Amino acid sequence: MKVVPARPGRTGPPWWFMAPALLLFTFVVLIPSGRGVYYAFTDWDGLNPDFSFVGLGNFADMLRDADAKQAVWHTLLIAVSITVIQNGVGLVLALGVNTAIKSRNLLRVLLFAPAVVTPIVTAYLWRNLLGPDGAVNSLLGAVGLGDWRQDWLGNPDLALWAVVGVIVWQYAGYSMVIFLAGLQSVPQEIHEAAAIDGAGPVRRFWSVTRPLLAPAFTINLMLSIIGGIKLFDQVYALTGGGPGHATDTISTLIYKDAFTLGEFGYSIALAVVLTIIVAVASTGQYFFLSRNERAAS
Amino acid sequence: MTRYRPRTLALELAMIAVALFVGFPVYVLVNLAVRPTSDTSSPLHPTTSPTLDNFTQAWQQGSLGGALANSVLVTVCSVVIVLAISSLAAYPLARITARWSRTTYLLVLLGLVLPFQLASLPLYQTMRDLGLLGTPWALVLFYAGLQVPFTVFLYVGFLRALPRDFEDAALIDGCTPLQGFRYVVLPMLKPITVTALVLNTVAVWNDFFTPLLYLSGSAQQTMPVAIAGFVGQYVTDWNLIFAALVISILPVLIVYFLLQRSIISGFAGGLKG
Repeated sequence: MKVVPARPGRTGPPWWFMAPALLLFTFVVLIPSGRGVYYAFTDWDGLNPDFSFVGLGNFADMLRDADAKQAVWHTLLIAVSITVIQNGVGLVLALGVNTAIKSRNLLRVLLFAPAVVTPIVTAYLWRNLLGPDGAVNSLLGAVGLGDWRQDWLGNPDLALWAVVGVIVWQYAGYSMVIFLAGLQSVPQEIHEAAAIDGAGPVRRFWSVTRPLLAPAFTINLMLSIIGGIKLFDQVYALTGGGPGHATDTISTLIYKDAFTLGEFGYSIALAVVLTIIVAVASTGQYFFLSRNERAAS
Repeated sequence: MTRYRPRTLALELAMIAVALFVGFPVYVLVNLAVRPTSDTSSPLHPTTSPTLDNFTQAWQQGSLGGALANSVLVTVCSVVIVLAISSLAAYPLARITARWSRTTYLLVLLGLVLPFQLASLPLYQTMRDLGLLGTPWALVLFYAGLQVPFTVFLYVGFLRALPRDFEDAALIDGCTPLQGFRYVVLPMLKPITVTALVLNTVAVWNDFFTPLLYLSGSAQQTMPVAIAGFVGQYVTDWNLIFAALVISILPVLIVYFLLQRSIISGFAGGLKG
């Protein structure tokens, strides 16, 4: 006679369903990352099988390396600027699109379009537009702002902000779409009730819309700050880290140190620093924002 | 929605102005791509004698056809693999509440924080030893593993909100666990699968750093690397470069405009995950 298990439904799916994903993840991410952390304490050049353990040597070098310190500063500056500007613009666009205007569906599709295009491609496009004879300067000349013409990417004081501008152009529509999804979850009745109670548009945004947008803020801030910290493609294509080192980020320095200078150990020590910054930023933001979300609900 | 008032019209015009501003680079892109090199007028002036020569030249000299085929191959293979293994893995991870299961899930989520620069350099060595360097399979293997944490995260979040009744019923009716997954669970995962499909496709298709590392020096290129190589080769011939950029953008935009509804809701879907 067959033995019928007491509660067949409670056995659940078998553990081995996890096996393929876990194996691949371990092989591609966990083991190489672990090895990476190990190499960060060596002077490996990437080719020579003989290398020695140098302890904290690479990290000590970093503290003396003006380029590395500058790259860390640029990375943080870019990440914070993108987070503030891109989400500010995205929120304004979302509020504008989420109204009675007739072109709202078309605008949503058009404004989001840059976000799906390959970043390296849009960056090459902008490299030309921002050049001394590029379309941006032509446009400034055409509208009578000829004095504002600049070598946007060649000027060390402006290049970093030009990079930030390109990223905001590309991803403001992405932030907008996330905010829109949040806005559409705000019931119209609450707005009407608040309006009847005498709340003006600003008051309604602050007291009704803003708290209900909390999840959208969490996702958007997370995406833009982590994307900003890891930034590589756009800098590589727009300026290559230049002029001089004016736009070098941690990621571009990792690439240069490993593949043009052959300093694998040092390069990977930079990657460890990048990991720590990402981890601190994302966990810090997670706890801060989830507390806010709870406070808002 | 509220009524259409004069203020709404003003807002409408303002928003259209913003859209034109956002679209301005695209105008310049197309305008210069159809312009013969001899024409050196302002990039703002509409090209007087448009030509398609730049496109044929860019297509042939940049071997963009091969790059396009490689990009499609790499994207399709790695996204299919990552969706299959991640949805399968997410099922027990979401349902088994034992401590080891929760610990494993946290370990997978650790992958969300690790930047791939950390893993990509040592992995470069492993790929070389396996003889995969310079082939698209190195990329397929890499992306299929790299995208696991994010994809599992999406699926687990979604599965935890789904009731267990249907899968329990399937098991009682004599389904094997794999059949239960295939015929009962997987169909219910459709909305989050669309999100995972869209986000993974865009991430893999657009990635530049990984193929730059693993394919450098080989004849096999993906679209982003082929474009970077093309720009490096034709440094100042911007009309030609712009034609290459248009060729690389066109397939992406066609797919985007055809499927814009699912794509946008796919991007926004991460919000509910």
